[in-house]
Amino acid sequence: MRAHRRMSAWATVVLLLLLGGCGIGDTGGDLALNALDPAPGSPAVELDRLWDLVFPIAVGVFVLVQTLILVAVFRFRRRKDDDDRQLPKQVAGNTRLEVLWTIIPAVVLVFVAIPTVQTIFSQNEVDDDAMNVRVIAKQYWFEFEYMDEAQGGVVTATQLHIPTGREVQLHMQSVAVNQASSYDPAAFPDGPTGEVAQGVIHNFWVPRLAGKTYIVPGHTRTMKLSTTEAGLYLGQCAEFCGLGHPNMEFSVLAEDPATFDEWIAAQADPAEVVDEGLAAEGQQLFNDLTCVQCHAIEGYPAQGLPDGEVVPLDEQARIGPNLTHFNTRDKFAGNILETESDDDLRRWLENPQREKPGAQMPNLNLRPDQIDALVAYMRTLD
Amino acid sequence: MTTLAERPSASRSRSPFRRPLAETGLGSWFTTVDHKRIGILYFVSAMVFFVIGGVEALLIRLQLATPDGQVLTIDQYNQIFTMHGLTMVFFAVMPLGSAFFNYLLPLMIGARDVAFPRLNAFSYWVFLAAGLFIYSSVLLGGMPDGGWFGYAPLSLVGGDPLGYTIGDATTTQTIAGNTVAEGQRMVFYSLGLQIAGIASLASAVNFIVTILNMRAPGMTLMRMPVFVWMILIVSFLMLFAMPVIGVALWELMMDTSFGANFFDPAQGGDPVLWQHMFWLFGHPEVYILILPAFGIVSEILPVFSRKPLFGYTAIVFSGIAIGFIGWGVWAHHMFAVGLGPVANSAFGLSTMFIAVPTGIKIFNWIGTMWDGRLRLTTPMLFSIGLVAMFTIGGLSGVTHAVVPHNWQQTDTYYVVAHFHYVLFGGAIFGLMAGAYYWYPKATGRLMNERLGKAHFWIQLVGFNLTFAPHHILGLNGMPRRVATYEDGYGWNFWNLVSTVGAFVIALGVLVFIINLVISYKRGAEAGPDPWDARTVEWLTTSPPPPHNWDQVPNIRARDELWQRKYPTQGQREQVRVPAGGSGELEGDVAPGTTAPTEGTTGATQSPYTISDPGYDKGVRHDVHMPSPSYYPLIAAFGLPIAAYGVIFDQPAGFVFYAVGALLVLGGLFGWVLEPPTDPSAEVAHQ
Repeated sequence: MRAHRRMSAWATVVLLLLLGGCGIGDTGGDLALNALDPAPGSPAVELDRLWDLVFPIAVGVFVLVQTLILVAVFRFRRRKDDDDRQLPKQVAGNTRLEVLWTIIPAVVLVFVAIPTVQTIFSQNEVDDDAMNVRVIAKQYWFEFEYMDEAQGGVVTATQLHIPTGREVQLHMQSVAVNQASSYDPAAFPDGPTGEVAQGVIHNFWVPRLAGKTYIVPGHTRTMKLSTTEAGLYLGQCAEFCGLGHPNMEFSVLAEDPATFDEWIAAQADPAEVVDEGLAAEGQQLFNDLTCVQCHAIEGYPAQGLPDGEVVPLDEQARIGPNLTHFNTRDKFAGNILETESDDDLRRWLENPQREKPGAQMPNLNLRPDQIDALVAYMRTLD
Repeated sequence: MTTLAERPSASRSRSPFRRPLAETGLGSWFTTVDHKRIGILYFVSAMVFFVIGGVEALLIRLQLATPDGQVLTIDQYNQIFTMHGLTMVFFAVMPLGSAFFNYLLPLMIGARDVAFPRLNAFSYWVFLAAGLFIYSSVLLGGMPDGGWFGYAPLSLVGGDPLGYTIGDATTTQTIAGNTVAEGQRMVFYSLGLQIAGIASLASAVNFIVTILNMRAPGMTLMRMPVFVWMILIVSFLMLFAMPVIGVALWELMMDTSFGANFFDPAQGGDPVLWQHMFWLFGHPEVYILILPAFGIVSEILPVFSRKPLFGYTAIVFSGIAIGFIGWGVWAHHMFAVGLGPVANSAFGLSTMFIAVPTGIKIFNWIGTMWDGRLRLTTPMLFSIGLVAMFTIGGLSGVTHAVVPHNWQQTDTYYVVAHFHYVLFGGAIFGLMAGAYYWYPKATGRLMNERLGKAHFWIQLVGFNLTFAPHHILGLNGMPRRVATYEDGYGWNFWNLVSTVGAFVIALGVLVFIINLVISYKRGAEAGPDPWDARTVEWLTTSPPPPHNWDQVPNIRARDELWQRKYPTQGQREQVRVPAGGSGELEGDVAPGTTAPTEGTTGATQSPYTISDPGYDKGVRHDVHMPSPSYYPLIAAFGLPIAAYGVIFDQPAGFVFYAVGALLVLGGLFGWVLEPPTDPSAEVAHQ
């Protein structure tokens, strides 16, 4: 269908041949994270084009060198009837050859270097109408905050929604596990006093959409995402960041602009207050068990306030993920557990560290009846 | 031949100890200052660490053989992959290089020992102490778990900052009656590598001085064997790179243990600073690991092609060029860190540029084989293996230099594939070639060829099975340093292949070790020159006497020994002077058969010094070898003891500081006050 895709497939085939692999059979999956298969209209397309340039060159040199080695070994090997008294011609070098194999690789590299530098700079350019999203990386999950007025400060986690056909500029920061996400390191270049812990380095990677960019604590890193093809694109933290590193995943859901706008509008709504039943018990437990100290739920009836009054989102705790629209995300806990599954949710609440070693949500040793109530309450958050 | 006699220590020694004078026996290994014995100590210790690092690799591959691996916990996995990297880089490949440097450098330049024999012993003991110190962490709350690259701030806060999963590693605990402060795993890393760096620095100084000052008469720089050139380049790289990592590690230790804030952004530090310093060391380190192997194959290929090295000058200067450019490419480890398009372009271009001198070496090696008469012995096979396998690593390196695509490759298994093709396909293949090649010089016996060839083919197949699939895995999106991966990403098949390959490699290494052991007693006797070699280390006996030569050779040509055996007659025709155990000729004995030597151990006098006395007008005088000493050992082991002072809380910490400092200072004072050669030791007479 697309030339670069064919090239990538061809590249894989050659790799396999080089390995002497004859038919790979079932490699066990659909290559959802394949960097050689960029989504159309994404920054990754430009990257892949460079691969399609450099890979054939590398294969060419590989074939040349290995052929020379094999020819040398087979043609010039000592045979049993050789007279060892006779030495091969004692050649100690050849200036012309030296110049040749210095110049030719250098010239070949120039042809690789020019598009490389061009692409480095073009990848740095951002559209004027790009949508701005703040990415907050924590050990071990990602939070996404829509920065533009049009998206009204929506905050979500683990699943980033983007509209197709529009560039999204990410502003990425790393924050310590016990720091609120609203803490903006860019606003406090020297760090607020009393901040002891800090975030670690993460690396934001959606292979089919773009390359990687490190998220370095104390800095704000930017990168752009875009695609013209709607779909779910998986991503992961690519920099070793501790115990939770293998389970620090996320996804990017690209939707057509209309669907995206609907989603944004729905996300801007506060959660509804539950009045009765098991869910209401869960709503109370959410406060009593101190969940509220880390998790924001917009519209949550705060204790001690008059009926009907709520704490605004930007004054709520944002240590853990914002749960206001928990049920609208397909996965949670670093994209490893299914939101729809009551079983997954229960197991998570029972023992977060068992499900995801290194998880920084404490194990509250909840009783089964408390878990029942919390699950019932969380099911109202959609 | 004469020997060094021993006599009880004279009373005028200022040492509180009796000076150790034994040249043989187990105890003498602890006090030796003979470069050859230190070389053997390096080799054996490094092989032990190589096996430990290999077992760690097997555990890693077992864990990753299938999705959701259950062999290790994530915590164990993180410690093991960190230690695999540290062990292989600092305690296996680097000291294996040192083993060859130590054993061969004086022999190849016609010297009797290195410039500073006791400093040489000190280097070895410090290296060993550093390795033992880092591994002692396994008993003290866990091994380093922040990666061999130790990126801050992860190396400061740890993988579980609130301690919900591995509380015992991040909270205070009591060990052997002492309180161990929290989060000490990466303190072992910073201190252990600081200690190891001292060993490298001491070696570097020693080798540089030796090469520049102690070459035999007539050995100009451009007559030095390429291996000696590579030692010189590597020593300069170590001399300049080790201080950089030393400072970085010191700062990391201050951050972790003493509340400094070099890398803590919350207090105005910068994590990127660590990365710059680490890779400013780390990239030259790659060349520290690979250039010795390049030197080794540059010695072996000409010998078994029976031709001079093709383009000696080009190979030497490309090595120097690599050494220089190697300082200007460090940020290619950081293309995704966000240094900006200008820095990324500059480092991308310099990285591409370094491919040129590397390519020059490859083509010159092929030129050496071309039109030769290749004897495909085990060392030759491993050398050819290096050329073939390193080429793959070099080419994937060029693809890394394409910065925008590097954003896809970095931190994936594609990079793992790349550097294993460089460091295993390159460095390890080269070092193993060297082991087979010089084993007869060190032991007087040849290694078994049949086992050697089996080892080569098993390892070649296993190596490619293990690491070639990593290219595909990385491009298919598998990140590095993940303890588990999920089913369904298409990674299962290649991971399983890779695990099978790892065990094939292990089988090859097992064959190698068996060969090393059995050939020591049962190998065919080698004689001084079993390979019909070209350089002067083959001029002396195998193994050489403690003083290497009764008479230092005069050097008149680049391939001095070859020129002696095949003097140019008339035009350009070279005719062999029949001699030696090099095989193939009348009266000679082929390698692999027993030589009819007059001695018993193959330590027969080389024929060339006798049959061609006109060549040896070298200096003749009494040989005055330095005496063994306890002090390098004492000073070296003071360092890790002092380092435990940082690990343990006070007051236990102070005790460690005090004892360690006392040992280091006492060792150094004793060292300074004792004469290099004990007056009671008899000199060896010509």
